[in-house]
Amino acid sequence: MGMIIQGATGDWEVVIGLEIHAQVTSKSKLFSGASAAYGAEPNSQVSFVDAAMPGMLPVINEMAVEQAVRTGLGLNAKINKFSVFDRKNYFYADLPQGYQISQFLQPIVGEGKILIDLKDGETREIGITRLHLEQDAGKSLHDQHPSQTFVDLNRSGVPLMEIVSEPDMRSPEEAAAYVKKIRSIVRYLGTCDGNMDEGSMRADVNVSVRKPGDEFGTRCEMKNINSVRFMQQAIIYEANRQVDIIEAGGTVDQETRLYDPDKGETRSMRSKEEAHDYRYFPDPDLLPLEFDGAFIERIRETLPELPDDKKARFISELSLSAYDAGVLVTEKEVADYFEAVAEGRDAKLAANWVIGELFGNLNRTGKDLSDSPVEAKALGELIDLIKDGTISNRIAKEVFEEMFDTGKAAADIVEEKGLKQVSDTGAIEAAIDEVIAANPDKLAEYRGGKDKLFGFFMGQVMKATQGKANPGVVTEILRPKLDG
Amino acid sequence: MSDLTKLTIAEALGGLEKGDFSSRELTAAHITAMTASKPLNAFITETPEQAVDAATASDARRAKGEAGKLEGIPIAIKDLFCTKGVLTTAASHILDGFTPHYESTVTANLWDAGAVMLGKVNLDEFAMGSSNETSYYGNVVNPWRRDGDDSALVPGGSSGGSASAVASFSAMGATGTDTGGSIRQPAAFTGIVGMKPTYGRCSRWGVVAFASSLDQPGPMARSVRDTAIMLEAMAGFDAKDSTSVNMSVPNFEDAMTGDIKGLKIGIPKEYRIDGLSDEIDALWQQGIDWLKDAGAEIVDISLPHTKYALPAYYIIAPAEASSNLARYDGVRFGLRVEGEDLNDMYASTRAEGFGAEVKRRLLIGTYALSAGYYDAYYLKAQKVRARIAEDFKQAYLNVDAILTPTAPSAAFGFGEKGDDPLEMYLNDVFTVPASLAGLPGISVPAGLSKEGLPLGLQLLGKPFDEETVFRVGGVLEEAAGFTATPTDWWRG
Repeated sequence: MGMIIQGATGDWEVVIGLEIHAQVTSKSKLFSGASAAYGAEPNSQVSFVDAAMPGMLPVINEMAVEQAVRTGLGLNAKINKFSVFDRKNYFYADLPQGYQISQFLQPIVGEGKILIDLKDGETREIGITRLHLEQDAGKSLHDQHPSQTFVDLNRSGVPLMEIVSEPDMRSPEEAAAYVKKIRSIVRYLGTCDGNMDEGSMRADVNVSVRKPGDEFGTRCEMKNINSVRFMQQAIIYEANRQVDIIEAGGTVDQETRLYDPDKGETRSMRSKEEAHDYRYFPDPDLLPLEFDGAFIERIRETLPELPDDKKARFISELSLSAYDAGVLVTEKEVADYFEAVAEGRDAKLAANWVIGELFGNLNRTGKDLSDSPVEAKALGELIDLIKDGTISNRIAKEVFEEMFDTGKAAADIVEEKGLKQVSDTGAIEAAIDEVIAANPDKLAEYRGGKDKLFGFFMGQVMKATQGKANPGVVTEILRPKLDG
Repeated sequence: MSDLTKLTIAEALGGLEKGDFSSRELTAAHITAMTASKPLNAFITETPEQAVDAATASDARRAKGEAGKLEGIPIAIKDLFCTKGVLTTAASHILDGFTPHYESTVTANLWDAGAVMLGKVNLDEFAMGSSNETSYYGNVVNPWRRDGDDSALVPGGSSGGSASAVASFSAMGATGTDTGGSIRQPAAFTGIVGMKPTYGRCSRWGVVAFASSLDQPGPMARSVRDTAIMLEAMAGFDAKDSTSVNMSVPNFEDAMTGDIKGLKIGIPKEYRIDGLSDEIDALWQQGIDWLKDAGAEIVDISLPHTKYALPAYYIIAPAEASSNLARYDGVRFGLRVEGEDLNDMYASTRAEGFGAEVKRRLLIGTYALSAGYYDAYYLKAQKVRARIAEDFKQAYLNVDAILTPTAPSAAFGFGEKGDDPLEMYLNDVFTVPASLAGLPGISVPAGLSKEGLPLGLQLLGKPFDEETVFRVGGVLEEAAGFTATPTDWWRG
């Protein structure tokens, strides 16, 4: 569903395009052997190349190239066997070379497309314009000294993939779904950890507004947004700002803006006139990047099953609903967990347990799946106990809570607490007889036509057996006795 | 002992091997000569103590039978090569106090081969110049003077310090770098041999960049054989330079068979430029005759895009330089001139740190790459470059090497080229096309001008066919029999 802004002059449609900067999962930097790991002491992971010392030369990291190709394949995109690294020239203290090595006219990956998952299991196709490789800059630290800026070059040269979308999104929700889908895909592929908190993924968001059916309006770009929530807020603020300007008779200036999450507003960073002239030109220190089809095929063969394919399989082979399948495939770890639980079992029941009880308890305790106290195998065993009649569904929920809190196996908890379902007809019959004997008036009412009271008797029997009586067996014995 | 400085590298290697003298003695003789050559201002940094230590170690290696290809030979290093622990300036104020923590691949290769460093030699600032008049460390003076005239002459550039040091017998050889003629032209101006290898033959790693797609290190020495020996030590694939080419390095000395019978030598008609002096023209004709007499076949060829080479070069080289020199920003090393804010610091540092010629080229290059001008300048220059390379490719279908003059004139006086940079840029007219095409070329001293100044002839070869260049160069050298040396006026 597109977002519509109801202005004074009518409805406005929001047009959104994203540039996502995703840090390539790689041991070393794009053009040097220095470590690309996050969180080290400032300036402890800086080679002479990263510091742009005189005479230093870049050498492409093949792993980063493979990762870019892998990502391109995951985005169903055209892989360019010939691409070129260009220099993007500008001065900044944390850009030691005075240029960023990027790809301008000939990127490594061309057009592609992905499906984004919307509410109610609906999907939409979003076009990918391109993906290119580039170096990250260092980091300026303005808060370390009252009058000076410190520079940390650990990030300098870290490999990034810039993934550019077509202006295909029409609402903050779609933009959010797009970011989540990209994150899901790169995580499946192992090409980016998708961690927005650590800056491994950030987005430049382009927003414009138009009357439905009109040409695209003038866009503004909001740089470096590092959370999906902020991105949505920024889009809403920015779209409304633009509508207000146009409806007041003004025109939107093409410019770069900054979203301030504290104030919840965007403000101008630099206008089009102030925009840098980056003087792009092919980096003469690097040869064009060339590889053959066999290189691409070798990578293609190692691709994992991606979320869309997995979702389709869960729906067609495991008969899950589109919604359940969508939820389960977002994170590869969740999908793997689910599949381990569902292996040889009732997949729908497994899905219910994962999405309901497991997610509920993880949320409740603020844990990630990776630190779940209940492993897939343990949850599977619990489901087996339900299936073979050892415990009822209701008891199983209690058992699960206990498993989650203590990490014990389901069977042990059932054993220890004596939660085994009672199917022994003698014991059940005795309990039924007691209940009937204790409620002669209710029995009379039942026999007088108040069928609903069957539930009352059922409940009393279950209560008398502390819920352990097999409900099927109870029904079988109770009904003829009540009916007399 | 001063006679030791008059030896060629090949002769000195023989003497060291025979035990006629030690590297310590050879090095000491050159330290004396280097010290005496101060009026030439060839050296920016002298490292005599390190040289003696290196020579001592070299003698020990030779005694153990572990002599390398250049074992014990004292040489000078153009101050564009980063040398670990030794000030490296690129002859620019902006690199004040910069002492690298790393050694360039080419110099590391030389030290591995046993060479001994005497010091770092002067050059045009960031190798931008053809007369060595742009160095922050002052002009380098040519050891040669005109007959009966005491006025100082330029040594050519940018490897002017290398040329002056070798021509004045202060060093047996020197490294140079050639971007548009920076090895060949100063070699011609000082009566020595300068060899620019094929682009990609020597690693650029650790060489301060001027124009990355053109820069190429190479040797300068007093004989073709000496440059062949040096290049063999300098060259080789380097994984740290993506433009270095993974090919084995041939034995260049062995290529000098002295036999060029049947080789086809091309004479490009476009190099007979307007206003070419009679004596250069005559020398060229003399060179043609020498090679013909030695059994080569002379073939007239055409390189039709030659006249566009110089303009294309003076777009491409400054464009690359404008980006390469962005790293000199006062943030991490070298000169910093404090300012009100970051931009002011940049502006002040670069205003003070760079000389006029460097600034001119950075402005030209920045302009050529700007939005709206890129297609008209940079892109067009690259197209011209491709045509020029194609010209050579076509020519080399019919010839094995090409003979031309190295420079349009002999060495000139300081300030003689006036304030017109275009006139200065014309010095490179014969060397720039091969640079754009990445081809190997050598300048061989071939005669004296009527004023008594050395003149050089240039031989160009096919890509990675330095062997033929050395082979023909050796024959040309032999035929020319150039034995003149400058008077050692600088010793006072």
